[in-house]
Amino acid sequence: MNDFLLTVRAEWTKLRTVRGWVLALVVALVVPVVIGLTSVNGSRSGGCPGAEVCGPPTGPGGEAVTDAFTFVHRSLGPHGSLTARITGLTGQRPRIPGSGGGGAPVPQAWAKAGVMVKEDTEQGAAYAAVMVTGGHGVRMQSDFTHDTAAPKAGTSSTAASSAGAHSDAASAAAPPTAAAPRWLRLTRAGSTLTGATSPDGTHWTTIGTATLPGLPATAQAGLFTTSPEHTEVDRHALGESATSGPTRATATFDRVTLSGAATANSTESGGLWRTTVIGADPVTAAFSASSQRSTPAGESFTVSGSGDIAPAVGGRAFGARSVEDGLVGTFAGLLVLVVVGSSFVTAEYRRGLIRGTLAAQPRRGRLLAAKALVVAAAAFAVGLVAAALSLKLTASRLHAKGVYVLPAATGAEVRVVVGTALLLALAAVLALGAGILLRRGAGAVTAVAAAVVLPYILAISGALPVAGADWVLRVTPAAAFAVQQTTVRYSQVAGVYAPSDGYFPLAPWAGMAVLCGWTVLVVGAAYAVLRRRDA
Amino acid sequence: MDGGVRAGGSERPAEGRTPPRTPTPAQTPATPRTPYAEPLRDAVRAEWTKLWTLPGTWPLLGALVVLTVALGAGAAASVSYHPGTDAAKVCLTGVQLGQIVAAVLGGAVIAGEHATGMVRCTFAAMPRRGTVLAAKAVVLTAAVLPAAAVAVGGGLLSGRLLLPAAARPALSPTDGSVLRAAAGSVLYLVLIALLALGTAAVVRDAGAATGTVLALLFLFPITSALVDNPHWQRHLQQLGPATAGLAVQTTAPMALRTQPIGPWAGLGVLACWAGAALLGAVAVLRARDV
Repeated sequence: MNDFLLTVRAEWTKLRTVRGWVLALVVALVVPVVIGLTSVNGSRSGGCPGAEVCGPPTGPGGEAVTDAFTFVHRSLGPHGSLTARITGLTGQRPRIPGSGGGGAPVPQAWAKAGVMVKEDTEQGAAYAAVMVTGGHGVRMQSDFTHDTAAPKAGTSSTAASSAGAHSDAASAAAPPTAAAPRWLRLTRAGSTLTGATSPDGTHWTTIGTATLPGLPATAQAGLFTTSPEHTEVDRHALGESATSGPTRATATFDRVTLSGAATANSTESGGLWRTTVIGADPVTAAFSASSQRSTPAGESFTVSGSGDIAPAVGGRAFGARSVEDGLVGTFAGLLVLVVVGSSFVTAEYRRGLIRGTLAAQPRRGRLLAAKALVVAAAAFAVGLVAAALSLKLTASRLHAKGVYVLPAATGAEVRVVVGTALLLALAAVLALGAGILLRRGAGAVTAVAAAVVLPYILAISGALPVAGADWVLRVTPAAAFAVQQTTVRYSQVAGVYAPSDGYFPLAPWAGMAVLCGWTVLVVGAAYAVLRRRDA
Repeated sequence: MDGGVRAGGSERPAEGRTPPRTPTPAQTPATPRTPYAEPLRDAVRAEWTKLWTLPGTWPLLGALVVLTVALGAGAAASVSYHPGTDAAKVCLTGVQLGQIVAAVLGGAVIAGEHATGMVRCTFAAMPRRGTVLAAKAVVLTAAVLPAAAVAVGGGLLSGRLLLPAAARPALSPTDGSVLRAAAGSVLYLVLIALLALGTAAVVRDAGAATGTVLALLFLFPITSALVDNPHWQRHLQQLGPATAGLAVQTTAPMALRTQPIGPWAGLGVLACWAGAALLGAVAVLRARDV
């Protein structure tokens, strides 16, 4: 083992005594930070420079959320339940210039209407809700990020043929109609809320429970409707652009019963049910909210709403930036480190030093390990400092410019910085392996750059359509850039999750695993070749 | 080159006036051939021989053609065509990949000599460094130009075969803007190779030169994709060698009006980058000892 340490020391001495390599390491540290700051300086100023509270509301978990809907509500005590029957959900969208618009009253797939218990009527307040959707069946959602689909109603009737089951499933996903209404119930016991659904009001199926810690004794319970933006993705010459506009959904409720209502205050003695339009922005306000209590008896309501109750997605398109935007310059540092990694061995082939090196350490596996260790450690250290600096400096610069930055957990930020450093280290080792295989600096640099940087650029610059970009970011070593993503993809939120908006197809560490696989493959091949070949 | 020409000029008459002492039949041409009579032509001939006797030249030129045509065909097959689609630009997407090969070839032409030490011989045989670089540029252009023409023609042909029939008129070789896109793409590849030649002459290492040129090509598209200020975005796209240079591929009238820089002006920006790299290389080569 001592023998190995001596080899590591020899390789380290080589790295630190070649002026070009030391210079390159400094460049790899400085250039990404400069590029990150330049890109931030080139961004638009936000609406609230220096302000502490800025941008969209945040939910109970600290994430940015969209919270806009029409709420017809009453006060609810610590124990009670709210039941309602929905007899229809229809949608409407305004005419977007240059597209269809208007048309049939089909609701958006994620238009929602149902019953909700919410802490208060502030945006971002904790809630739990049971709802019907335009195209995703009955669901229970709480605190913006939790989503549970109702169990299939037809599972108990096992006698149903497969065709019957299929039509059951289809009708379960479709919005309710007067002919096939849907019952929803939300029961509160302290801070625990239980959601249930029924086709007929007698046979109830529990969907799930949600715990809302710190739910006050008097909360608001009521009926809500909302409908997210309609987005049309336009595919043009090797790129895609999305246009979107607000939509409105209208739901009809009847047989609304509330038990356990908080003792009616004198102030709300008149109309017990109040209508609040939560989070209406000026653009959609004129279009969205209206609700009416259609029949005086029997507690039936028609509620229209526009907006969404969901975590904010869309990153850049949404007008906000995410913390990883400061790491744009990573690719430049990566290219420099790829040059260092490959020339760390190709320079020896070029000058013939490799013969001396192999004479001093005839165990070629150990030599390869020592070289990889030295290169990886140097790249990791440089990457760690560069990523941490970029992140800190760009965050403070964005804050000074008043640009809203989507909040990210500290754990996620640490993962981004460490992951970026790891990405650079692995790429440098990959380049080292390619250098041994090809023995040519230019060839190795080109191969690694074409495999790591080119797919990343084609994907995030929008040069490839989303499907192609997703595919490229799954199979090529560029998948590892996923480790820089802090925004989260929610299956229950309609949105354009494109790489150009910062959404990678793979999970952060899964993407890193792809690069690891490529590195192992190439270094393994390099080991085999190095053993067989005479210098 | 200017200093070199003066030196040659003072030398040439002296050599020219002394007739060969012992004329043998084979050595008496009508006009006596003297060293440095045609410095550029001799250097070009030498560089031409070097280029075509290297093992890497043919494979690289082949890769340039294959990769350009393949990516163009892939893009043509995968795009969903509608009347607004810029058909010529889609078929020429392959240039994005071909430019990398062109950059490698441009770098190898001079950095390869530094790697083997051949460069000392070259400069001993032809001390005028500007002339050596000019000869290399001429030879490189002569090698890349036909390969790029084949690649671009192949890309357009694949588009004609793979895109729906409705796209045919937009790919007609008699159309002025299609011709401009095709000729511009060929020139683009040549200019990228020259940019790499200049860079490699300065950094003297093929790997580092390739890395530098690729960073230069990728820097502007990535940064402009992440900058959301339209003003900065426009300026970055006007300045970048790749973003400005590829403006020459646009044929859709709508995109032509809105893109940040005109087609030929964009190619001019790239020509400035390549010219600056070559001039810088001449200055460095003359100041430096090999």
